[in-house]
Amino acid sequence: MEAIVQQFFNLAIMERALPLILSGLEQTIVICLLVIPLGLIGGLAFAIISLSRLRTVRWAAIAGIDFFRAIPPLVLLIFIYAGLPFAGLRPSPMLAVAIAFFLNTSSYYGEIYRAGIESVGQGQWDAARSTGLYGYQTLAYVVLPQAVRNVLPDLVSNTVEVVKLTSIASVVALPELLYSADMARSVTFNSSPIVLAAAIYLVMLWPIVRLISRLERRVAA
Amino acid sequence: MESWSRFLDTFFNWEVIERYFPAIMKGVVVTIEIAAAVVVTGTLLGLALAIMRTFRLLAVNALIVVFVDIFRALPPLVLVLLVYFGLPNIGINLPSFAVLWLVLALVLAAFAEEIFWAGILSIPKGQWEAARCTGLGFLGTLTYVVLPQAIRLTVPPLTNRTIAITKNTALGTVIGVGEILNQATTAQSFSGNATPLMMGAIAYVILFIPVVVLGRFLETRFTWRRV
Amino acid sequence: MTTGALPILEIRGLRKRFHDVEVLRGIDLVVLPQQLVFVIGPSGSGKSTLLRCCNRLEEPSAGSIRVAGVDVMARSTDINAMRRQIGMVFQSFNLYPHMTALRNVTLALAKVLGKPRAEAERIGMAALDRVGLADKARSYPGELSGGQQQRVAIARALALEPKVMLFDEPTSALDPELVGSVLNVMRELKRGGMTMLVVSHEMRFARDAADRVIFMDHGVIVEEGPPQQMFSAPSEARTRAFIAELAR
Repeated sequence: MEAIVQQFFNLAIMERALPLILSGLEQTIVICLLVIPLGLIGGLAFAIISLSRLRTVRWAAIAGIDFFRAIPPLVLLIFIYAGLPFAGLRPSPMLAVAIAFFLNTSSYYGEIYRAGIESVGQGQWDAARSTGLYGYQTLAYVVLPQAVRNVLPDLVSNTVEVVKLTSIASVVALPELLYSADMARSVTFNSSPIVLAAAIYLVMLWPIVRLISRLERRVAA
Repeated sequence: MESWSRFLDTFFNWEVIERYFPAIMKGVVVTIEIAAAVVVTGTLLGLALAIMRTFRLLAVNALIVVFVDIFRALPPLVLVLLVYFGLPNIGINLPSFAVLWLVLALVLAAFAEEIFWAGILSIPKGQWEAARCTGLGFLGTLTYVVLPQAIRLTVPPLTNRTIAITKNTALGTVIGVGEILNQATTAQSFSGNATPLMMGAIAYVILFIPVVVLGRFLETRFTWRRV
Repeated sequence: MTTGALPILEIRGLRKRFHDVEVLRGIDLVVLPQQLVFVIGPSGSGKSTLLRCCNRLEEPSAGSIRVAGVDVMARSTDINAMRRQIGMVFQSFNLYPHMTALRNVTLALAKVLGKPRAEAERIGMAALDRVGLADKARSYPGELSGGQQQRVAIARALALEPKVMLFDEPTSALDPELVGSVLNVMRELKRGGMTMLVVSHEMRFARDAADRVIFMDHGVIVEEGPPQQMFSAPSEARTRAFIAELAR
């Protein structure tokens, strides 16, 4: 018991690691603020392209979504960070993270938007078009608002996944929350800094996870 | 023309492919093994927890909810590092593949429990009542009437979640599990060439595209014929 | 008709309260073998709750319920064994959507009574035959019309050879043209000697099939009597008003 407290809940070590971990948290937030809006926009683009009347365009969008959903984000990240320099491009850790997460995240958001748009009946399109609205107006004013409402739990849930995803930026030495905590761990030979980081993730994400459970139940009911 | 051949030489170098193909294949086998172990244990544990929850024992349910919430809220890599570096210090030594398996199975169990539970709740009360009226007990009703319908509803979301979590086997590279990404990065640093990374990426795509497409298929075709 | 026979269903002083609303306020009701007792009353009068208390889908707050002499409320009574003897048919059918019509009927035979598969299927087919749906044995509920689904639900209850059957608005969810087929099956059951307690609004059916009609309002039985009397010359003003409303 004593050993567990020493190893995982050592307050003295946590206190020493706190400044480092807080600066890591800052980086994590920066990544989130960069990747979440980009992903939401990119996903919408994926979804709209996948509605195209041209079959090839439609299939290309879906193939893109499926490709980036099939490849683990860490593989994508390492490919960009460690692979591109061989081609003479040297992205900074932040740029590599931004590109990899953008591709991964927008494909997931794209799939969610797509499901949402499909959940809105053809009747809504017909009704709006019959009042003279253009296709893009129908999408923007009639279909999308309903679609987003229908898949809101999934959108929120995926956003939680994006925040969790930022932790793998530590692998390319971007000093975000987990990287800072792991650094403190390797210096102190003690896991308490990682427990502290875990606690910070929990504080950020637990309320949202609870909210998702509620939203999901409401939609199901 | 010259840049094209340099591109091929960097990312599709035939010599490198030949040399490291066996290593990548070894990684593929390890990835499949861990993924299979995670899927089986994680799903079954999640189902068991969801069934336990139907008994509505207050203390047990509170514990389940806390477990589920924590494992849904924490990044898997945090858990991997915590278990891998933390446990040895309190005298528990697990091989790295076991750490990866344990963590991912628990994460999947948490998500699966939530999905199964939502499925069970979505079965109308009338189904319970009709079955109880024919003399079936609680467990009989759960087993023959409620779970078969609930599980059917959970197949699409569970498939997608399972794919997302098994892709996290790539995290194993951080703690030295010899899965695809680990083999690829090792080969890349030995060969000084990006081809192994490309091979690794292609291996993942070959492995996961079929399941992603299957997940999409299930989502569109597995809608329940509502009565 | 057997006179002096032991009642199949005997309800004494039944009360049911949900939080602070008393839905049933002292119900006394006796159903004799082979009788069809028909319950009418405005919505919210407690008719469905009365039925659901009989097999303890709702737990009564006070009173006693006996089925074929056995106290349903007693601690020593195996409620699952009791329920087998009390068939119930729901407004919304509640068929199991993932099973064929035949499996819907045989599930309890196999899992509760432990009948071997062949025997369960023989009994199940006989029950489906009685409701005129032997040819739909392999169909799933989603492939059947509402009327057919309700008849399968009746067969499901019937196959367990219940001592009494409870019908909770069995035709309310059906399109008008499908009501007749379900009522015909119920007439057939009556002719075969089944004891039935029916909550419904089908007055014409009550007129020609019911032995007794009960009018409930606000959790009490206001008036009861043979259908002829209840529909043409009810003595209570509330009954008259309700029947006049229905006849419109």
